[in-house]
Amino acid sequence: MGLKGKDLLTITDLSVEEIELILTTAESLKEVGGRDIKKVPALRGKTVVNLFFEPSTRTRTSFELAAKRLSADVINFSPSTSSVVKGETLIDTARNIEAMQADIIVLRHSSPGAAEHLARFVQSSVINAGDGWHEHPTQALLDLYTIKERKGKVEGLTIVIVGDVAHSRVARSNIAVLTKLGAEVRVVAPPTMLPLFVERLGARVFYRFEDALIGADAIMMLRLQRERLGRALPPSMREYAKLFCLTSERLKLAKPEAIVMHPGPLNRGIEISPAVADSPAAVILDQVTNGVSVRMALMYLLSGAA
Amino acid sequence: MNPAQLERVLMDAQEMSRALSRISHEIIERNKGSQDVALVGIRTGGVYLAQRLAARIQQIEEREIPLGELDITLYRDDLSIRKDQPEIRRTSIPFNISDLKIVLVDDVLFTGRTIRAALDGLMDLGRPAEIQLAVLVDRGHRQLPIRANYVGKSIPTAREEDVQVFFEELGQIDRVSIITGNTG
Repeated sequence: MGLKGKDLLTITDLSVEEIELILTTAESLKEVGGRDIKKVPALRGKTVVNLFFEPSTRTRTSFELAAKRLSADVINFSPSTSSVVKGETLIDTARNIEAMQADIIVLRHSSPGAAEHLARFVQSSVINAGDGWHEHPTQALLDLYTIKERKGKVEGLTIVIVGDVAHSRVARSNIAVLTKLGAEVRVVAPPTMLPLFVERLGARVFYRFEDALIGADAIMMLRLQRERLGRALPPSMREYAKLFCLTSERLKLAKPEAIVMHPGPLNRGIEISPAVADSPAAVILDQVTNGVSVRMALMYLLSGAA
Repeated sequence: MNPAQLERVLMDAQEMSRALSRISHEIIERNKGSQDVALVGIRTGGVYLAQRLAARIQQIEEREIPLGELDITLYRDDLSIRKDQPEIRRTSIPFNISDLKIVLVDDVLFTGRTIRAALDGLMDLGRPAEIQLAVLVDRGHRQLPIRANYVGKSIPTAREEDVQVFFEELGQIDRVSIITGNTG
């Protein structure tokens, strides 16, 4: 019982059994969040360091809350406040953190593979909280948890991922894990937003949003990452919204009980209409709640292997 | 069970049933009825016993008894020294424990560490008026100052012996046994 590795670097490293273990552990831990006193002593005395080289509020807060609910001590490092601006390398920063006896390092970095690189140099467990356009495995796990919670299963479902797949680590991790668990994954976006050879990831490609929506059980909207764009940007935001905004009319094309997901933050009126975002079909806030449980489960399971 | 192992039965199904009936009456007697009494079984054996005790008390008292399930994994005192993390199961206590008389139910009372963890777990969920402890078997070898209020049977054992409780709910024949022999 337990996870095989000391780290969580990519979703593809996990076996189906390990994914199930993380999800059932998260399910048991969800109860803690519903208590008056939302704290259990499981990680008392452990130190978790959030090392975030990219701005992120919700992911960092989610990890921080998860660690605190397990009674771990949490330290937040961000480049603007650390010696990185003075020229320190990632590895040296991490070794310094490790010398302070950190048990788990949560890393968000703009370079793909940064977490894997780091994990080779430190004894601490490393959790990848997003590395460039590469992967965001905890987001994929919480999405999976949310789908299972609502649909009872993943196998056989039709799941549509909409938007800038090319620049989305969330999409990459999700395609990998959903196809592994037997879902049919469709991606739909303007061609400039789809990575080359996307079908090799196991996804079916669509270019018209309406076609992709027919028969969908879950629709995952991606955020239009205005800060990352420049080259793949559609001619105008209005054009993108016209063709790819999830509106109430488009939602009717999916199955009646289809759920709508979004990793946040929302661009209301661009990729998702306010009416859909606030409708009962939207499970966007459930994703946030479940994110804390899933990250608690991961930290609990990894803290044994360290 | 491994065929190379030897099993010595300490309590059979009838003895188990009688012990649970006696404990039900003792719980009612001690609490002068079942008003404000709730049962919480410690996963997993304690849950089956708590269910059986609740059914008996309900039969005698003709009223519902709140029943909960407690998983103590997150409160274990060996989490930081174990290599592999034990599986967490669901805690489900669908009522407010504050101001209730909680009877914790476990199958085997041994070192007392499980009960210590359960007490901490319960206290995090509220402030019960009182916590009492019911166990099917007390096998001795306490490492903490903990004592049960209700005991099915006290059984002297050697420290290294393995006491197991088998449950009908798990498709087994109800009994308590000492298992000896090579545990490989």
